[in-house]
Amino acid sequence: MSRPSHTVHRSSPASRAAAIFGLIVLAILATAPLWAGRADMRLMSELFLYLALASLWNLLAGYAGLVSVGQQAYVGFGGYVLFALTIFLDIHPILAIGLAAILGAAISVPVALLIFRLRGAYFAIGTWVIAEVFRLGFAQVQALGGGSGTSLPVQVVRSIASGRTMREWTTYWMALGLVVAVLAIVYLFLRSRRGLALTAIRDNELAAGSLGIDIWRSQFIVYVVTGALAACTGALIFLQKLRITPDAAFSVNDWTAFVIFIVVIGGIGTIEGPIIGTLIYFALRETLADLGTTYLIILGVVAIIVMLKAPNGLWGLVRARWGVELFPLSYRVAAPKK
Amino acid sequence: MDWMNAIIQGILLGGLYAMIAAGLSLIFGVMRLVNIAHGDLIILAAYLALTASMLLGLHPLLVLLLVVPMMALFGYVLQRGILNGTLTGDILPPLLVTFGLSVIIQNALLEAYSADPQKLDSGVLDTASMTMGGISIGILPLLMFAVAVAVIAGLQFIFYRTALGRAFRAVSDNQDIAQLMGLNRRHVFGLAMALSLAVVAVAGIFLGMRTSFDPSVGGGRLIFGFEAVIIGGLGNLWGTLVGGVILGVAQSIGGQINPGWQVLAGHVVFLLILAIKPRGLFPRMTD
Repeated sequence: MSRPSHTVHRSSPASRAAAIFGLIVLAILATAPLWAGRADMRLMSELFLYLALASLWNLLAGYAGLVSVGQQAYVGFGGYVLFALTIFLDIHPILAIGLAAILGAAISVPVALLIFRLRGAYFAIGTWVIAEVFRLGFAQVQALGGGSGTSLPVQVVRSIASGRTMREWTTYWMALGLVVAVLAIVYLFLRSRRGLALTAIRDNELAAGSLGIDIWRSQFIVYVVTGALAACTGALIFLQKLRITPDAAFSVNDWTAFVIFIVVIGGIGTIEGPIIGTLIYFALRETLADLGTTYLIILGVVAIIVMLKAPNGLWGLVRARWGVELFPLSYRVAAPKK
Repeated sequence: MDWMNAIIQGILLGGLYAMIAAGLSLIFGVMRLVNIAHGDLIILAAYLALTASMLLGLHPLLVLLLVVPMMALFGYVLQRGILNGTLTGDILPPLLVTFGLSVIIQNALLEAYSADPQKLDSGVLDTASMTMGGISIGILPLLMFAVAVAVIAGLQFIFYRTALGRAFRAVSDNQDIAQLMGLNRRHVFGLAMALSLAVVAVAGIFLGMRTSFDPSVGGGRLIFGFEAVIIGGLGNLWGTLVGGVILGVAQSIGGQINPGWQVLAGHVVFLLILAIKPRGLFPRMTD
C-alpha cells in the first residue's frame, strides 16, 4: 500500500488567477487605440517604459546584488544610437531600436570588465562615473549637436508610418511589446537555473560562492542583459521624445532616481514590486506634479520611510501577510489530497 | 609656461577634492557607509555659509566658525536619527536612504534658493595673487590647499593619536566586540558623521569661494571625491590627498587642451588607474 506523498508546486491558485487576469489586462491594453485618447496613450507608453526600466533595475540590484546608480548610461546610449543610426546611416527607426540593444550589450562588456573591480557601494558610484563619461563624451560629438543636442529629422519620423495616428499607435504598441518582453525575460530568467543561482547570491553571496556558483559570471550576464534592454528602452523613449540632449539622455534623476524609488516603494527583489511601484509612482506624479520640487521631496521622504520601516516595500508587506506570489518563482510543498 | 601653470593650478585644486574625499573616506572606514548625499551636503554647507555671511555681513572664512559646528551637529543628528537604522550589514539600505536624502537636499535647496548660480564673496582674496618664477598663484587656491593638508593631518592625528580615533578604529575592526568593550557604537558612528560633516563644511565654503555653485552640482562633487579616494587607495588619508592632486592635475591639463575635456580627462585618468591598479595607488584597507 502506497502512502499519498507530498507534492512540490511552483504555481498556486493565486498565480494562475493572476496569469489569466494579466492576459485580460494585456488584451485590453493592446486595444487601447480603440478606446484611449492621444494623451492617455502617451502617458501609458511612458508608464510601460518606466516599468521596463524598473524591472531591469530590480533584476540588477534586487537579484544580482549589483546596485547601480548609472543605468542612465544605457538609456542615453540607446537614445543616441537611435539618432545616430537613423540620421547618418538611414537605418529604419524600428530596426535601429533592435540594433540599440545589440550595441548596448557590446558596450556593456568592457564597462563591466572595468567596474566589476569595485565592490558594493563603490560599484554604485563607479557606474555613475561611467554614465558621466558617456554624457560628456556624447556632448563632444558635434555631428549630434554637441552639448545642445539634436532633433529627429522629419523624414525619419515619417518612415515609422505614414499618418500621425498610425505612428502614435506604432510607438504605443512598441512600448507595450517591450515591457511585456522585459517582464517575460526577467521572469523566465529567474525561473531558470541561472535565476536560482542569482537568488542564492542575493540571499548570501559567500554561501552561494562556496556551493560552486560562479558569482562573477552570473553577475556579468545580468549586467550585459540589462544593459542591452535598457539601451533598447532608451531608444524607444527618445523615439517618443523626438529630441535628445546629453543632459536629458544621461539624467540621473529621470532614469535612475525615479526608477529606484519605484522599485523601493513597490518592493525590491520581487517581480510584482516594480509593477506596483510604477502604478503608485504615476498616480503620485499625476496628482502631485503641480507641486514641482516639493513633489520630489515627498518622493524622497516616502522612499526613505519605506526603506527604514518596510525594507521589502509594499509587495513585501503583502507577501509577508498572505504569502501570495503572482509570478511563481519559489517552490511550495502541498499536502497530499485526502 | 601655460602647462606649468595648468599643473600648479591642478595641484591646488586637488586640495579641494582631497577635502571632499577625506569626509567620504572617513565614514566609509568607520562604518562602511558610502554617503551618496555627500556632494549635496557640501553644497548645503556652501548655501548655509552664503546665508550666514549675508545676514551677518561676515567674511566667508569667519562664517566657517559658525557653519562647521552647525554641520557637525546636523551630522550627529542625521546619523543617530536616520542612518544608524540602515546599518544592517546589507549595502542597499544605506545606499538608498542616502540617495533619497540627496534628492531631498537638492530639491529643498532649489526651493529655497532657486537654480541661479551663487558665489561666496571673499573680498580681496578673490583676486589676490603672488608671482613665483613667472607663474602667478592665487592666494585663495594656495590657502585652500594649505587648509586641505591641515585637515588631513588633523584627521590623521585624530585617527591614530586620540581616544576618539581608537574608538573609530575599534568599531571599524569589529562592531560587536567594540560594543562589548563598552563603546556605544551608535554614538561613535554619530561622532564619525559629525566629524565628516565638519570637513564637508570646510570643503563647502572653499568650494563656494572658488567657483559658483547651484543646487544641482552636488552629484558631480561626490564623484570627484570618490575618484580621489579610489585613486589614492581605500583607507589611506595621505593617499587620498595624492588622489585629489592627480585628479586636479588631470582636469586642469585636460581643460588646457580643450575646455570641453576638463571633467572628462579626470574621469578618464580615474578609469585608467582603475584598470591598471584596481585597489588604488596606496591601498591600506582590504575592502
